[in-house]
Amino acid sequence: MLAPKTFSGGLHPPTIKTTADKPIIALPMPDRVILHVSQHKGAPAKTILKITDKVACGDKIAVAGGFVSAPVHASIAGTIIGAGNFMHPMGVPSQAVVIERDKEAHMTEYNYEDGLALSPEEIKQRIQESGVVGLGGATFPTHVKLTTNDTSKLDTVILNGAECEPALTTDHRMMLEHPDEIINGLRLVMKVLNVKKGIIAIENNKMNAIELFDKKLAQDKEIVVQPLITKYPQGGEKQLVAACLKREIPSGKLPLDVGVVVLNVTSAAYISYGVNYKMPLIERTVTLSGNCVKNPGNYLIRLGTTVANFIELAGGLKDDVPVKKIIMGGPMMGFGLFDLNVPIIKGTGGILCWDENEAAMPGSTNCLRCGNCESVCPMGLQPQLIKKHTDHRNWEDAFRLSVMDCIECGCCAYTCPAVLPLVQNMKLAKHMIHQQSIKDRKK
Amino acid sequence: MIAENHAAVAKRLMVTSSPHIHSGLTTARVMWEVNIALIPLLAMAIYNFRFYALTVIFASIAGACIAEFAIQKFFFKTKPALADGSALLTGILLALCLPPTIPAWIAFTGGFVAIAFGKQAYGGLGQNIFNPAHIGRAILLASWPVYMTSWIKPGIDAVSTATPLAFLKDSLKDAGLLASLSESGKTAVEHTMLTLNISFSDMFLGMGLAGSIGETSKIAVLIGALFLFIRGHIRLYAPISMILTVFLGAYFIGNNLNFAIFHLLAGGLMIGAFFMVTDMVTSPMSRRGNVLFGIGCGIITLLIRLKGGYPEGVCYSILIMNAFVPLIDKMFAPPKFGTGGNK
Repeated sequence: MLAPKTFSGGLHPPTIKTTADKPIIALPMPDRVILHVSQHKGAPAKTILKITDKVACGDKIAVAGGFVSAPVHASIAGTIIGAGNFMHPMGVPSQAVVIERDKEAHMTEYNYEDGLALSPEEIKQRIQESGVVGLGGATFPTHVKLTTNDTSKLDTVILNGAECEPALTTDHRMMLEHPDEIINGLRLVMKVLNVKKGIIAIENNKMNAIELFDKKLAQDKEIVVQPLITKYPQGGEKQLVAACLKREIPSGKLPLDVGVVVLNVTSAAYISYGVNYKMPLIERTVTLSGNCVKNPGNYLIRLGTTVANFIELAGGLKDDVPVKKIIMGGPMMGFGLFDLNVPIIKGTGGILCWDENEAAMPGSTNCLRCGNCESVCPMGLQPQLIKKHTDHRNWEDAFRLSVMDCIECGCCAYTCPAVLPLVQNMKLAKHMIHQQSIKDRKK
Repeated sequence: MIAENHAAVAKRLMVTSSPHIHSGLTTARVMWEVNIALIPLLAMAIYNFRFYALTVIFASIAGACIAEFAIQKFFFKTKPALADGSALLTGILLALCLPPTIPAWIAFTGGFVAIAFGKQAYGGLGQNIFNPAHIGRAILLASWPVYMTSWIKPGIDAVSTATPLAFLKDSLKDAGLLASLSESGKTAVEHTMLTLNISFSDMFLGMGLAGSIGETSKIAVLIGALFLFIRGHIRLYAPISMILTVFLGAYFIGNNLNFAIFHLLAGGLMIGAFFMVTDMVTSPMSRRGNVLFGIGCGIITLLIRLKGGYPEGVCYSILIMNAFVPLIDKMFAPPKFGTGGNK
């Protein structure tokens, strides 16, 4: 095992990974799915079917709406019974297609074909068609990461198995249960990019996964397993590259600019399915946990299943513990849900159902100028100073203090003794600056 | 089952932006743990100065808490936040910097103005530029200089005496004394310690020497500081650079190790360095900023002790450096990720 590495800044929230030893259970298919055309970063996909059209499982229902976009596939076989604006988990109505399941429909069969024998272009084509995006939560379309005019600078592919978010365990279970698919996915990507060095980076609170990959890759000359010191936000793309290779991605740049491509481990597994079996991304693993849940665990669920339906299929909520907060994603970066009828999307890694105690947050006081936010910020920002400007809606000065570099990890707000909404204000500032720049462009 | 009543569930859901968890380390928790760290100092103060110390401590705390309560309730019209322990902390810190024999009403006034002028006048917790306890002390020193510079030896009989620093200062001013000392081959420091009948270990433990009720025992300060350090409430860049500056400066100016150790152990250097300089609100944020801040405090302390009109300079040095904190913070912004500054 290599010596563990890490980045500067960050902190250690409680891991609360209570579901780490729960094997992935495939849940039954839901009767109805809501498939949003915007489940990824970039342009929304364009629907190509209309109401009453029949679809088989895995049929494409929306094509990529641009280069930085990904297609969406039917996750169950059935009939399209609705299309239009439905609530997106992010809190805005957005275009979606509703499919009702046809219980008699045949299972779609996928045939194996060795993806590594294909040409790099063919592999990339299949990845693009499978609709795989960054499944760690960022949902950046994978094929875009694999497209570069200049592969000469490119030398490393890093698989992100840090899973630094507290409570989430899906990547951990995927690594334990599907290591071969993950390694195969990495090899496929390395072939596309003509890169000879692969790193599987795993936080050292998942020793069983590190040991498993160490064993599987003992004879391998191209791929190494890099343990990482457990620290949040170790799984942030920029932090991960800094930890593994001591390379800093400059502001506004991508890992490509420092010769690296970073992919989530679960994405790698679905790349393998997408290329070897031509199976599109129609399902994903989701951690269900929290004090209100009857059967916490890791579940394989069809995309588009509503949160209410998912919780029910997985055993439901406890009757005697009232739920106070439902989070899609992890406690540090996930978003609080306002409605249980929103669907599971490609980026959903977890559903946390918290009771009163788990959801309780202390009240705010004045800033004490303690400097904690500054010392934990992995991007070297000054959250307390930025907040002074955002409090006065002074977006220009917030911009001057590089608020756009904020990765929204939430370390500042987590550690603030005054419990100030630091990262929350920075998100607002980023949004306002973004809106302003769109307005300026139109002028 | 959730399907039937999910609309009801959705209605009572709490929807907030991430993060959804907090470290649990809140302002009140920090303040109360600093109060706990002061217990050894309070114990030593009461052990040494008995009833005098108790009077000063209670009067000062009462002044601080009443000011906090009254101003928040009647002036700002907010819910008084006495429970966060910050007014109590200011009261205790001020009391520890006061001589044992001052009348209770002066200590009360000190606590009151420390909060009123040192903290609430700026807008309350976290807004003040200067250390509130030291503002209180500075105002008292300017208003009642005689009371503020009368000292007693610990013990029941309360014999008037001078603090080690004041005695040393007077000795160094006395040309005739210095001449007779150099004939007998003794230094002014040795003369001071001999006359006051104290050793370095007395000065370290806080036994039998005059001074403010909280500044005599260095070991009590260090125990409290160790607790705060372990709990992660203080960083040691500023205190260590301040203490080192005073120590090295005294060593090179006096050209004498005893002179340097004397300055290290005398007066309020330790309590100032570990409890005042480390005040989050009035100290810089960055590591380098804190080092500079500590060095500045050390230099000004030495200047006042050796060249100034007062025997002790910790209080004013910290107040002066407090004024520079915004500038220091501007100088040392943290290195942004991606600019090559991170290592």
